[in-house]
Amino acid sequence: MTDVVATAPAQITPALRARRELPTWRLLLRRPSFVIGAMILLFWIVCAVFGNAIAPHDPLAQNLLSINKPPSAAHWFGTDSLGRDVLSRVIVGARTILIITPLATLLGTVLGTALGLAMGYFGGWLDTLVSRLVEAVLALPAVIIAFLFIVALGASITTLIIVIGFIFTPLIARTVRSAVQVERQLDYLSSARLLGERPMRIMFVEILPNVIPTVVVEFTVRLGYAIFAVATLAFLGFGVQVSTPNWGSDINASYGLLGAGFWWTTLFPALAIAFLVIAINLVADSVQQAAAG
Amino acid sequence: MARYLLRRLGLAVVTLWILSLIVFVAGQILPGNPARAVLGPLAAPSAVRALDHQLGVDRPLVTRYLGWLGGLLHGYMGKSYAYQSAVEPFIRAALINSAKLGALALVIIIPLGILGGVVAALNYGRAVDRVISLTGSSAATVPEFVSGIVVIVVFGVTLKVLPVTAAAGAGAPFLTQLRYLILPAVPLVLVLFGYIARMARAGTIEALESDYARTATLKGLKRSVVIRRHILRNSLLPTITVIATQTGYLIGGLVVVETLFNYQGIGKLIFSAAIAKDFPMLEAGVLTIGVVYMIATLAADMLTFSLNPRLRVEGLE
Amino acid sequence: MTGPGQADRAGQAPATSIEPAASPTTLQVSHVDVKYRVRGRDRLALHDVSFHIGRNESYGLVGESGSGKSTMALALTRYLPRNGRVSSGSISIGGRDPLAMNRSALRDLRARTVSMVYQEPGKALNPSIKVGRQLGEVFEIAGSDKADAALRSEAMLRTVQIADPGRVMDAYPHQLSGGMAQRVVIAMALAASPSLLILDEPTTALDATVEAEVLDLVAGLRDKLDTSVLFISHNLAVIAKMCDRVGVLYAGELIEEGPASEVFDQPRHPYTVGLLRCIPRQGQRKDHGRLDAIPGFLPQPGDQLAGCIFAPRCPIAVQQCRDAPPPAFDVGPGRTSRCYRHDETSGLPRSTPADVQLPAPATSAEPVVTMRNLSKTFASKGGHVAALAGVNLDLGLGETLGLVGESGSGKTTLARLLLGLTAPDQGSAISLDGKPLGADLAHRGREQLKALQIVFQNPDSALNRRHTVRRLISRPLVKLAGLSGTALQDRLMSLVASVRMEERHLSLRPSQLSGGLKQRVAIARAFGGSPRIVVCDEPTSALDVSVQAAILNLLADLQAKERVTYLFISHDLGVVRYLSDRIAVLYLGRIMETGPADRVFAGPHHPYTEALLSAVPSLDGQRRTRIKLAGEIPSAASPPSGCVFHTRCPRRLSSGICESTEPPLAEVEPGHLMSCHIPLDELRIMQNIGASDDNRAPEP
Repeated sequence: MTDVVATAPAQITPALRARRELPTWRLLLRRPSFVIGAMILLFWIVCAVFGNAIAPHDPLAQNLLSINKPPSAAHWFGTDSLGRDVLSRVIVGARTILIITPLATLLGTVLGTALGLAMGYFGGWLDTLVSRLVEAVLALPAVIIAFLFIVALGASITTLIIVIGFIFTPLIARTVRSAVQVERQLDYLSSARLLGERPMRIMFVEILPNVIPTVVVEFTVRLGYAIFAVATLAFLGFGVQVSTPNWGSDINASYGLLGAGFWWTTLFPALAIAFLVIAINLVADSVQQAAAG
Repeated sequence: MARYLLRRLGLAVVTLWILSLIVFVAGQILPGNPARAVLGPLAAPSAVRALDHQLGVDRPLVTRYLGWLGGLLHGYMGKSYAYQSAVEPFIRAALINSAKLGALALVIIIPLGILGGVVAALNYGRAVDRVISLTGSSAATVPEFVSGIVVIVVFGVTLKVLPVTAAAGAGAPFLTQLRYLILPAVPLVLVLFGYIARMARAGTIEALESDYARTATLKGLKRSVVIRRHILRNSLLPTITVIATQTGYLIGGLVVVETLFNYQGIGKLIFSAAIAKDFPMLEAGVLTIGVVYMIATLAADMLTFSLNPRLRVEGLE
Repeated sequence: MTGPGQADRAGQAPATSIEPAASPTTLQVSHVDVKYRVRGRDRLALHDVSFHIGRNESYGLVGESGSGKSTMALALTRYLPRNGRVSSGSISIGGRDPLAMNRSALRDLRARTVSMVYQEPGKALNPSIKVGRQLGEVFEIAGSDKADAALRSEAMLRTVQIADPGRVMDAYPHQLSGGMAQRVVIAMALAASPSLLILDEPTTALDATVEAEVLDLVAGLRDKLDTSVLFISHNLAVIAKMCDRVGVLYAGELIEEGPASEVFDQPRHPYTVGLLRCIPRQGQRKDHGRLDAIPGFLPQPGDQLAGCIFAPRCPIAVQQCRDAPPPAFDVGPGRTSRCYRHDETSGLPRSTPADVQLPAPATSAEPVVTMRNLSKTFASKGGHVAALAGVNLDLGLGETLGLVGESGSGKTTLARLLLGLTAPDQGSAISLDGKPLGADLAHRGREQLKALQIVFQNPDSALNRRHTVRRLISRPLVKLAGLSGTALQDRLMSLVASVRMEERHLSLRPSQLSGGLKQRVAIARAFGGSPRIVVCDEPTSALDVSVQAAILNLLADLQAKERVTYLFISHDLGVVRYLSDRIAVLYLGRIMETGPADRVFAGPHHPYTEALLSAVPSLDGQRRTRIKLAGEIPSAASPPSGCVFHTRCPRRLSSGICESTEPPLAEVEPGHLMSCHIPLDELRIMQNIGASDDNRAPEP
């Protein structure tokens, strides 16, 4: 029997009629981790958009007379095996990743949320069936699934977006499903049913708004994993085969030379990836903290 | 206990079967003709057809699936298209290699991750906690090849203290093998640390804020005793499951690290098989990873079951 | 011999109770302030609180949510959360100051001197360690070895009246019922023979009959073990039963203090008066001797008030009250009150009228809802659980049927079946206005959906926190009443007015409203579609006592205005009696008794009803002898044979018929049905033997 009078929570913090709204920009701006992360992210976005204007040299310009030169005054990051300026390639290389990853994550989030809502709300055979499928698929490491699909479908921007989006869908669906199951315990859903509301409306108008904070957090977290995935695939040789420079592909082309001591062509793109990922992670973490408290 | 075990085993078998279906079907979808892949683009179509027939690729789908499944149940994994010999030895060798690397990573990451998570939880909200949490989540999203490259450049190229390949050579003594495996293990540890530490932290926080922790403290117990005797056994239960779910990754997901460090693990094997359209090798490899994962999660389930009285002993209702 | 400030059992201390006492006092709290740091600012949770507890004395701390009573308990054992601290004042337990102790002294204090018992007993025990080990730990801290600790643990379990201590020692917490778990926690608390036992809402989560037993246990043990008790609760009746002296907390201040019986009979502070008027007592009904609400709201934390903290809500506040906070006046031996006008508290003006005219429920022959052979069985791990078995019940037009029962009685299941949230078993039949009602929501038409609505217990759960109040109330108007445009607007505003809310509330979200306001929104929503029947499922249980009264009266007024029928579910018998015209008593999914409220309460009644009524503590003093029920509520998965109550019935017939045959629900008096083998006249004799000890006549 649980007829607990509302005493416990009020005792720890004096009874607040608190306005607990969505994380406001002001809350986020107060966090140093958010500010740092956002600034780094902004830097890369600028690079992606204005890359060609900022880069000191043409990233595509080959110069077979000065291949594999270490960093110097003329080329801060050195040159690669075709004489191209590494710094310029790093700057412009932001573009591909920053196009693919948000779109892929968005796709996965939208599909995953819809699936999670359905699984959590309807339960029953739908939930069991899809859960079994998801578990079977998740037995395999994501990177294997990803490259199996890419091998089959070829690596283009569209396929990368679709494949990564599809891989994220079950992961996000799982989280959304848990959140929906928490909501199902609450009485407002019974109230909605008693009004004769239809399931679609209940899922999207009643449950979804309460689940949005979870979705937002998932989105920001998965963004980091999307970069992980795109970069990894590029490293394995499945980078987008276009002429624009691509961090992962550049590493793929040059890591064999590491043993011989040619480190700059590999290290700088790698560091670029690292910084981007950390930046997104700081932002995601701040959003998570702000949403929780 | 037995009933629970049987049920989990049954579920695992079903999931494996679904996996085998998925793998087989996926293999068929991959474009490219195996015989053509073997013989090359200049071979005559009749030769390709003959090889197809010899490989058994032209039989109907269902027959092929059943034949494959039947073979598996007898321990026969099929014949590699590319190498024209049994798949099994390759898989076995690669599995052992990956297992060594994975095991090393596990040995490092379990105590490190749990310690990090528990320390973070005990200092909830303070600087130590923020640092550990942020480090963990950041490290987890840095791709393995990135961290791999960084350590190669620092330790392998610049400082020259550790080798930049992972394979020590046939028959090398244990310690030497270890020395070669350290650098490749670093990216794995970084990726997993965040995940495991986060679970350990969440579990410990929940236990710290629980009513029974309050009871234990108010009994007059020392804080260290409260943590050791009351908190840890409840907080680490979910961490066990998490560790098990990462074994799939630790065995089959090492393709990047194996590529970077030139190590013949099972991830790399699958990778090359996919590119070479060597379906039997590919399917066998993927299924092997699936089996390893199932075994690991089953073991974790059993461990959780035996450690959690609420599952083991019948409650009131 | 009594020292200064020390009250003996009869409560006749010669001086004020604020002066520091000699060390035989177990607990001394002097001018204590407790602050919490929230979002960078300090918030005062307790202000200038002073009281003391003598040896072997039982002191009750009473207050609603936000009063700070639990904060006090935490402060005493120095277990405040990280952002809380005792910012001024002093505490002395057995002569020692917990605030100044080092860690090992504090551990010693917690181990030997002070023990606490909290609300949810199941959660207070470590789920992974056997009960025996956890209990033994207390003895081990005191120096015993393992074997000795085990022996003493078993003995302790016997002391708390656990029948099979060996089995319980070997069990895990999740295998124990709530009552059993709380006994174990009490055993752990008393094992070290502490001089001070602090109980913070120890029985709130328990059923009425279990609660009574736990309270009896605590009272008995206290005498035996010579322990002082600090009893914290929002339930005044429990405090009245258990405590010698009581202190009333309001918004962090101790506004009145004194011997319990005196404070509750003749309160000397307007808040205490108001509080007592919110609790339904004997003789009070929804139309006669109404409950009175306390207007206004609790002060917001961080509000700086210049004068008396209760002044904004006080009906007799004057300028002096608002200018300076009143000191604690001496108003009698051992009594204080923080009120300038403490002499004028009797005859305090009410804020709502005491008597109103409410139309009586129509006595037309046809009930508006009939339930026949209503059953609901759930499949579960061990087999089938019959939550409801063959229930026959009618709801008359415009009446309030109070549904009473403990956990496992099936009252929630009944409500859900009626509403269509789940489908009943085959063979069950519910009809509305003579026409059969669809088994579940999918099979009911719009008119039927309109007719049945509910007010849930917990408004935080029942209102979608992302929707505005406007949307929450409008939706039923659109969906069920089919309104739009100006008709919608008009009806919306009239609904808002009828639940006594204001237009400005419409744009807010539930998280910005107080508990009482939220429940009003839920009520407005329930009435939006002009229902015929409203199920009220513990509508005031999650609310503070002072808010409860307003909501109950609102429900009564709305019923009169809209001529709806209520199915009123509650575990609080006082509230049920206040509001209901008829009562139905459920036990283990079966109806034990149905009848007019006054007949069911006055008796003769079913033995279970009798036990239930005797178990509930009442501010009116113990009129009935306590009927102790043997054993625990049986599991619904394996109900007893024959009459399901026979295993615990103190009036079980020796002929054995109670074990073999289930008694039919038969009419023993006009309109009064009972399911018992004992004839009414025999019951009257049996139960009157107890009633004749008092000289009071059975109440109407």
